[in-house]
Amino acid sequence: MATLSFFYFGSVIVLCALLVVIFRNPVYSVISLLVMFFHIAGLFVTLHAEFLAAVQLIVYAGAILVLYLFVVMILNLQQDDSYQRQVKWGLGLGLLALAEVIAIISKAALPDEPAQSKTAAAAAGEAATVVGNTEMVGKALYTTYLFPFEVASLILLVAMIGAIIMAKKGIMEPGPLRESK
Amino acid sequence: MTIVSTADLLAILPELLVMAGGCLVLVLDPLTAKDRKDWLAYFSLAVLGAAFVVGYWFMGALTGSPRPAFSGLYVLDAYGAFWKLLLILVSGLVILLAKAHLKLEEIDLPEFYAFILLSLSGMMVMVSGTDLLVIYLGLELMSLSLYVMAGFKRYAPRSLEAAAKYFILGSFSSGILLYGISLLFGRTGSTTLAGIRDGIAGLPPGDPILLMAMGLLVVGFGFKVAAVPFHMWTPDVYEGSPTSVTAYMAVASKAASFAAFLRVFLEALGGIKESWRMLLVAVCIATMVLGNVVAIVQTNIKRMLAYSSIAHAGYALIGLVVADAAGTASVMLYLAIYAFMNLGAFAVVTMLRRGGLEGDEIDDFTGLARRNKWAALVMLLFMFSLAGIPPTAGFIAKFYIFMAAVGANMTGLAVIAVVFAAISAYFYLRVVMVMYMKEPGETAGTPGYDVRVVASPAAIAVLLVAALGVLILGVFPDPLIQAAQSAILPLK
Repeated sequence: MATLSFFYFGSVIVLCALLVVIFRNPVYSVISLLVMFFHIAGLFVTLHAEFLAAVQLIVYAGAILVLYLFVVMILNLQQDDSYQRQVKWGLGLGLLALAEVIAIISKAALPDEPAQSKTAAAAAGEAATVVGNTEMVGKALYTTYLFPFEVASLILLVAMIGAIIMAKKGIMEPGPLRESK
Repeated sequence: MTIVSTADLLAILPELLVMAGGCLVLVLDPLTAKDRKDWLAYFSLAVLGAAFVVGYWFMGALTGSPRPAFSGLYVLDAYGAFWKLLLILVSGLVILLAKAHLKLEEIDLPEFYAFILLSLSGMMVMVSGTDLLVIYLGLELMSLSLYVMAGFKRYAPRSLEAAAKYFILGSFSSGILLYGISLLFGRTGSTTLAGIRDGIAGLPPGDPILLMAMGLLVVGFGFKVAAVPFHMWTPDVYEGSPTSVTAYMAVASKAASFAAFLRVFLEALGGIKESWRMLLVAVCIATMVLGNVVAIVQTNIKRMLAYSSIAHAGYALIGLVVADAAGTASVMLYLAIYAFMNLGAFAVVTMLRRGGLEGDEIDDFTGLARRNKWAALVMLLFMFSLAGIPPTAGFIAKFYIFMAAVGANMTGLAVIAVVFAAISAYFYLRVVMVMYMKEPGETAGTPGYDVRVVASPAAIAVLLVAALGVLILGVFPDPLIQAAQSAILPLK
């Protein structure tokens, strides 16, 4: 089972990564990237790294990718490709997702159902592993891997200041060299 | 799993000083009056001076007794201390050089000094890390700062092109390096160098995944040291970047990458030495051949020095291929000497101005001896040293590398290196010929050819240090040789 899911997630990741490069339309590329991130999260789950999976979804799929999508869409305003051709597909998949969400919420709201009571203990255990997982990552980050963690923060600082230096207007006094260009 | 201790923090004292200094420069920049921005350069120099003193004290106290820190991810040893001292010295010289040069190019942003310091802290992490993750993060910290510095001349499309090219190719090579690290982790279950060494000892010889990981690491590090066939970025990036940044890349980034390259391959991959040796011999020969041959046809001095730096990476690789005590010491000696002569050559280039622009064509050196005999004289010295002509330090560097190869029964490799060193004399001496044997007027008539030499006190100080280094180490190299030999990695 673990091997099977590994190969499923692995092959979809490779396929989506290829699609990111192959698609000529940047929006499609970003969407493929999104699918790839979801499958990477799946890969983390098969490795019992639930915390990393959640972070992967929240940070990459949730925040960074949406940002990418915004940028790509803003940059492509003049190009009027229609993204509405798959309305039916989108509607169908959306309804399916909605049904799933409703199903999950309705089950969660009914904890006294017999099928559910049996798994209550398991659910508690699962919650403990999730906490344990998070704790483990946190502990490793702040003890064994404290040094690389702090170096990574410096890298982010350099990236941020570098972006400002490269992009900010009027950062330097105008001089003859720059005026001539 | 231990919480960080005072001993850990003391172990990275020079790094902490440099990191804090870099951040402080950023904070102090808006608080400093416009006409006092030079103080930030002096402040950076003071930080480097403090770090140098601490590092020097460590090196003396530590010979022969490496001290692990941060749960074995980092080590304080004489090998790391040697490279740190060299890198701090180079960074100080580059800051001095940049102080004058940035004004000439109208890019005197104090953030430049912060980037030098932060990049230096990345290099220091790289040379002392004993865990592939730490080494990788140090490498990224160094590279990200360099990508930005390459594009500092924002008004020049060439500079932006250099930054973009360096960034994209550099990220790609980092990805390859990471892939190699992840395969190594998958095969040996560890990212620490010692853990990988133990893991490899338990694997059957010729394990294909291990060999693939080793190959990917060669690609990743090969890119950073600009070895053929991963050198494509070098000429464009070196030519487009502001010259003081080019000097920093050619000297410091190369030295730090070689330091990490040596440590990873000798400490972690020593068990499969025979396999990477074969690969590296091929890379080494290709690097010497291509670097030296293509340099002959260059007309831009920065491009020529770029190909020359590729060729020098080839010579230094010989020391890694030899992979014994003499080899390691000769690489350390080589890069220390190379730092002086290359910095000096780039410093002369920063001083030449053609109109409002930099005089970076070899033609701009025409008749330099008539215009400014001192500039011509030091350039002559650096060119002789780069070519490896005695009594300059360049000869000593090449001599020890070739002797290490001969000592390890690799006479063939040494012969090839000597042949290409002889070929390299052609393009180095051409600069000398142009400076001394042509009249300044010979290229006149081309509009905008009013080449002049702008000598600032800081640039003269850099030239003086570099020239004295080349001369003194050429005649009296014993202290440096002994420092390198006492700081070599304990072979495992």
